[in-house]
Amino acid sequence: MDSVTTGPLGPKHKATSRPSGPPSPEKPLAFSNAADDELRRIVEKYPDAGMRLLPTLHVAQREFGWISEEVKHLVAHRLAIPVAHLESVVSFYTMFHQRPVGRLDVQVCMSLPCALRGSGETWAAIANALGIAGGEITADGLFSICKVECLAQCDRAPVVQVNDEDHLDVSADRVKSFLDSLRNQTGDGKAGA
Amino acid sequence: MGFDRVLTRNVGKPDSRKIDTYLAGGGYSAARKAVTSTPDEVVKIVSDSGLRGRGGAGFPTGKKWSFIPKNDTGQKFLCCNADESEPGTFKDRVLLEHDPHLLIDGMIVSAYAIQATRAFIYIRGEMHAAAKILEGAVAEAYARGFLGKKIFGSAFDLDITVYRGAGAYICGEETGLIESLEGKRGWPRIKPPFPAIKGLFGRPTVVNNVETLCCVPPILERGASWFASIGTPNNTGPKLYCVSGHVNRPGVYELPLGTPMMELLDQYAGGIWKGRTLKAVIPGGSSAAVLTAPECQALPLDFDSCGKAHTMLGSAGVIVMDDHTCMVDAALNVMRFYAHESCGQCTPCREGTTWVAKILNRDVHGQGLETDPDLLLDVCRNIEGRAICPLADGAVAPVASIIRKFRSEFDHHVKHKSCDLGKAAVA
Repeated sequence: MDSVTTGPLGPKHKATSRPSGPPSPEKPLAFSNAADDELRRIVEKYPDAGMRLLPTLHVAQREFGWISEEVKHLVAHRLAIPVAHLESVVSFYTMFHQRPVGRLDVQVCMSLPCALRGSGETWAAIANALGIAGGEITADGLFSICKVECLAQCDRAPVVQVNDEDHLDVSADRVKSFLDSLRNQTGDGKAGA
Repeated sequence: MGFDRVLTRNVGKPDSRKIDTYLAGGGYSAARKAVTSTPDEVVKIVSDSGLRGRGGAGFPTGKKWSFIPKNDTGQKFLCCNADESEPGTFKDRVLLEHDPHLLIDGMIVSAYAIQATRAFIYIRGEMHAAAKILEGAVAEAYARGFLGKKIFGSAFDLDITVYRGAGAYICGEETGLIESLEGKRGWPRIKPPFPAIKGLFGRPTVVNNVETLCCVPPILERGASWFASIGTPNNTGPKLYCVSGHVNRPGVYELPLGTPMMELLDQYAGGIWKGRTLKAVIPGGSSAAVLTAPECQALPLDFDSCGKAHTMLGSAGVIVMDDHTCMVDAALNVMRFYAHESCGQCTPCREGTTWVAKILNRDVHGQGLETDPDLLLDVCRNIEGRAICPLADGAVAPVASIIRKFRSEFDHHVKHKSCDLGKAAVA
């Protein structure tokens, strides 16, 4: 969770460490030095140019939070591929966000094994506690929620993935403490919803 | 409980993912043995063991390898399919996270058998932790000279590279996986040509599942006849069964192929939860046809027995449903998954899965028509067998079987505009 900022964030503070709006024209989007190093390693690791696209998009998303039009152009330019090809790939894979997400993107598995053990109730409890619907972001920019398919941990259902991390056995009655612990991890949560 | 674990023998050991732990248990002796044998000898041992692919189709592994053209001296590829995403399946994750060197050992043997000097592990994008573990394990193997140039002092070179997917179920289909590896949409290819002839970058390629590759080192270490002595005829070896849903102890259980379903559910998974009774089981991941409780009673869980029962062992993702489960809802849940995951290339699959999901949605919500079950079956018949990859058939099998075997629940939904179980929806 390297992108999470600390410090108080109220509804007025919309800024997040992941730039989510269109960047200002005078400061063109660029990869950080660390990301640049990573992209160089990708070139060494995948000698075939085609194979670099998905890994590069993963880096770009971690860097910028989501794959905006500007990010698409940046990546296409970097890999010297047509934007149209990049578009076809980005739109195919669900992990590439085509709109901004919260700093904590809460993904609830809705596939049958999780559903049989109450993921529907878990989803409703999370949406209710945060006051947002799927695809929306809380006013403080902290949370977004979405439904996802099987995360391959069906023995610990319901399963919720938050950014890169799996959370297991998240039954509806645990949702309040689950969200509180997420807030506390980020350092900007008051105890209680 | 009787059976000596083979694939998961290191799971639970401290530092099970470290190369020294794996070596301490005799690890990489299979790879060493392979590179001092001829490729044909390795293929023969695996063929003789009877090993069948653990990804879902159950195709004989040795046979798959033997399709690689022998007179082709150009680049060949081995791809490990670690795109585990079939609902109800969570066995490969256990191997990836707890014993990555077993997989690498198996990949070295398999790559040598087909003379592939380049191999890839295609891992699900969502498996962040497992991808890191694999990267670490591959680096350890390079550091010891087990990967790279002239491995184990032989003339054989092998590079293994980890490649992360980005969220698409269809990339578990081997040609979808290959397309995705090439950096494109994961659209399955029309076959033939099969990957063994024209695969990654148009070169001969074998795609094997994680569990399949993990079966290979023990076969080389302990022999084909040892492996073949486990399980049932034509269904040999140990198997990782994933039990999920309404049982007391969901989990991954390693048992011989052909273990009776009820033994798995009662003895290992602790029986049906909350003191309820068994209603239905989807035995092979959500692409398999549903079984009623009576059909489960005497069923050995192997490829052939499940086939005879008009379902499939598939990925051995055993999804258990108790008597409080609304089957109309279960059908909707499953079809919604396939409608979401259809890659969109073939019209019957793209349109059909969405259409069936829409009809099921109105049935679940009390707006169904009396004619819906027949309409659904008719649409299913027009999806099945009319697409270039198995996703369409996998979408139809569970849903059509649910409609046929639990038709009264559909009729009840239409007549009473509600579920006779009065239970919250699972969809």
